[in-house]
Amino acid sequence: MSFFARFAQNRGALVGLIILLVIIAMAILAPLLFPESPWRMVQRPFLPPLSQDGFPLGTDTMGRNVASGLMHGAWVSLLIGLVSTSVALLIGVPLGAIAGYYGGLIDDVLMRFTEFFQTIPNFALAIVLVAIMQPSITSIVLAIAIVSWPPVARLVRAEFMSLRNREYVEAARLVGQSNTTIIIRQILPNTLSPIIVLASLMVATAILLESALSFLGLGDPNVMSWGYMIGAARTVIRQAWWLSFFPGVAILLTVLALNLVGEGLDDALNPKLSRER
Amino acid sequence: MSATENQSAETVLSIRDLSIALPKGADRALAVEDVSYDVKRGEIMCVVGESGSGKSMAANAVMGLLPKGVRATQGEILFEGWNLLAMTEKQHRALRGLKIGMIFQEPMTALNPLMRVGAQIAEVFEAHGQFTSKERQAHALELLIEVGIPQPEKAIRAYPFELSGGQRQRVMIAMALALEPILLIADEPTTALDVTTQAQILELIRDLQQRRGMSVMFITHDFGVVAEIANRVCVMRHGKIVELGDARPVLENPQDSYTQALIAAIPSNAVPPHRETSQVAPLLEIKQLNKVFRSRGGLFKPAREVRALDDISLTLARGETLGIVGESGSGKSTLGRCVVRLEHPDSGELLLDGVNLSQLKGDALRRERRRVQMIFQDPYASLNPRTKVGMAIAQGPIANGTPKADALKQAGELLDMVGLGASAVERFPHEFSGGQRQRIGIARALALNPELIVADEAVSALDVSIQAQVLELLEELKQRLSLSLLFITHDLRVAARICDRIVVMQHGRIVEQGSAEQIFLAPKEAYTQDLLKAIPGREGPMAATA
Repeated sequence: MSFFARFAQNRGALVGLIILLVIIAMAILAPLLFPESPWRMVQRPFLPPLSQDGFPLGTDTMGRNVASGLMHGAWVSLLIGLVSTSVALLIGVPLGAIAGYYGGLIDDVLMRFTEFFQTIPNFALAIVLVAIMQPSITSIVLAIAIVSWPPVARLVRAEFMSLRNREYVEAARLVGQSNTTIIIRQILPNTLSPIIVLASLMVATAILLESALSFLGLGDPNVMSWGYMIGAARTVIRQAWWLSFFPGVAILLTVLALNLVGEGLDDALNPKLSRER
Repeated sequence: MSATENQSAETVLSIRDLSIALPKGADRALAVEDVSYDVKRGEIMCVVGESGSGKSMAANAVMGLLPKGVRATQGEILFEGWNLLAMTEKQHRALRGLKIGMIFQEPMTALNPLMRVGAQIAEVFEAHGQFTSKERQAHALELLIEVGIPQPEKAIRAYPFELSGGQRQRVMIAMALALEPILLIADEPTTALDVTTQAQILELIRDLQQRRGMSVMFITHDFGVVAEIANRVCVMRHGKIVELGDARPVLENPQDSYTQALIAAIPSNAVPPHRETSQVAPLLEIKQLNKVFRSRGGLFKPAREVRALDDISLTLARGETLGIVGESGSGKSTLGRCVVRLEHPDSGELLLDGVNLSQLKGDALRRERRRVQMIFQDPYASLNPRTKVGMAIAQGPIANGTPKADALKQAGELLDMVGLGASAVERFPHEFSGGQRQRIGIARALALNPELIVADEAVSALDVSIQAQVLELLEELKQRLSLSLLFITHDLRVAARICDRIVVMQHGRIVEQGSAEQIFLAPKEAYTQDLLKAIPGREGPMAATA
C-alpha cells in the first residue's frame, strides 16, 4: 500500500488535509484576490458581513477589509507555526536524543539546562524575548521556538531511554555501528510517532502564541495576522462580533486540521499499525 | 476422535460444537472450529497446541473473557447445567472465582504490584461478599499455608515484588482456589518459570487437585508437562481438535500425524550421542571473569550487590558447541553478554585467539566485534520494526566498510541460506512469524563472517516444531561455516540436542562442566541431578517414545 493510501485510510486525517490545503490556498491566493494591502482603509468602519458587495466579511474598526486581512493573515500564521516548530525540533530532538542515549553526566547537564527553560513561564519568556529583540517575524519565530523546545527534548529523551536497551539496538552495537548511526538509523525512526504528534500540536500552539503576542501589541507591525485581528477587535466585541469571530474560527480550523493530519501521518508512518487496520 | 471415556465420572464442563469467530482481517476466520470436549470431575484435562492453535480461546470463552471483537458463533459450553455462552456479564461474574478459578501465565503481571499479597487474596472473598475482613485474613493465611509458601505469616504482608516467580505463582493459585471452585483453569501456568520451580508447581497443582477433588483444565504447549500431569489430552491445531483421549495412549501411541510430529519434535530425553571433542587450541578462553551488578542505595534502602559472574573460567574449541545451562539468575546471560562485550566485565580475561576482548575500548573494540556475533532470545524485540529485513542484515557489513549494494546482495544470499528466500530483503520484520524472524536473526549474525556465535536462549521463545527446525539450521550452518557456538539455554533438553560440552551454572558460578554425555549420564553435582530430575516428562510415558 502506498504511503498516501495508508494516510487516506484515516478519514479524519483526510478532512484535516483538505482544510489545511484550503488554508494554504488562501495564503497563496491572497495577493491575487486582494492585491491591496490589508492595512488600507477602504470603506466606512463597522460594516457587518454580507451587507455590501466586495466585503463579504465586513470591515473592522478602521474600515479595513476583514476578508482581505483573514487571507493575508493565513500566510503569516502558517509561516510562524511551521518555522518556529521546525526550529524547536532542531533544538529539542538532538538534545533529547543525546541526553537519552548517553545518559549519566551528559544527561544530567542537558536536562538541568532544559529545566532552566522550563521553570520560566512560556509566555512571559516569549514576551521578554520579543520585547528585547524588537517585534518582527524573525524575532517572533525565534521567541516561540525558544520557549517550546523543552517538551520536545524531554519526550525524545524518554523515548531514547526506553529504546536504547532494546535487543535490536544491542544487535546494531554488536555489528559495530557507530553511536551516531545507531541514534539516527536505529532509534530515531522509532521515536517518530510521538514526535510527529507533538509537532502537530506545537504548530497549533505556536499559532496561538503568535496570536497572543499580537493581541498584546507585540506582533510584527508590518504584517496582518489573525492574532492581531482578534486583539484589535477585543474592545468592540459586543458591537462587532464578526471582527473576532472569523479569525477565531480560522485559528480553530487550522489547529484542528494540523492535529488530524498529525494523527494520520503517525498511522501512515507506522508499518505495523497500517497492516492491522 | 477416540472416545475413551471409560470411567462414568460426572462431567463438570462440557464444550459442544464450539466455534469462535475472529474479527475480520485476522489470519483465519475462526479461532476454534467445531470443538467439543468434556472435563470430568476430578481429572486433569490438558489442552495442548502450538501458538495460534486456539488452545486458550475455549478457556477464555468459559471464563467469559474473550477479547474484544471475538465472539462465539456456534455451540454451547455447559457448566453445572447452565450454558455459559448465554449468560449475562453479571451472572458470569458471580461464577468466576466462586465456581471456576483461573491461573495465568505471567505471575509478574497478574498480581497488583502495589497491594500486599494478603489483601489480594482477601479481595477474592470480598468480591463475592464472603466473611468479615478479619476472617478473610485468616482464610488467606490458611490458603498460603496450603499452597506451600515458605514463611506464610511473612508472605501475607509481602508485596509481589518481594516474592520469587514460583512464589507468586503459588499466590495466584491460592487466589484461584480461595472459594473452592469446582473447576480450575490453568493457562500455561508454568511457562515463565524455571524447570525446578515448574516441577514444584506442577506437583502442587496435582496435589491440590487430588485433595480437593477438583477438575483442572490445563493449557500448555509442552508435551513434557502433559506427560507429568494429564489424565486426558486434547491436541489442537489451527483451531481444530486433532486428537483427544487418555494421556497414556495419546503420548505412547499417537494416531494423528501432527501429534506424532509434535512429540517427535520435542528435544529428546535420550542420552545425547557421543561426540568427539576436538583437541585443537581453544578459540575462546575465559579466565577468572567477574561481574558484579550494584544498584545505588537510596535514602531508605541499602545498596544492593549481585555477583552475576563469580570467577568463571572456561574454554571453547574451534568448531565446538558449548552449552551454558542454568536457571534464571544463574548469570548465564551475563556471561554471554560479557563475551560479546555488551556488558563490561569487572575483572578477568576474555581471550579470543589470544586477543583480550575484555580490555578493548572504542574503535579497537568496534573492529574486533565482527568476530563474535550474537543471536538474541526474543525474535520480536531483536529486529528494528522500521528497518527492512535486508537492511537489518546488511547494516553490519556496511558499518564495517562494505559498499551498500554489495552488502544488500550478500544479505539476499544469507536469507536464502537460512531458508527464507532472497525476496525477503524488501519486507518488514512484522510480516514474518517468530521462527522466520529467528532465521533473520541468524542471518544477521552470520553477515560479518564471525568465528564465534553466542546464542542467548535463541530458541526458547519458539514452538517445539519450529524450535527443532531452527536447531537443525544452526547445526547445519555451524558445520558448513565451521563456526564455534556458545549456546545459552535454560532447557537441558535443548542443550542435549545440540551441545558437545555443557557447563552448568548456578548463582554466578560454574557448578559442573563436562561433555554432554557425561552431564546427562553421570552428573556429579547435586544441583545438576536436580535439574535433570525436574525435566518434565522425563519419567513419564514420554521417555519410552523418545
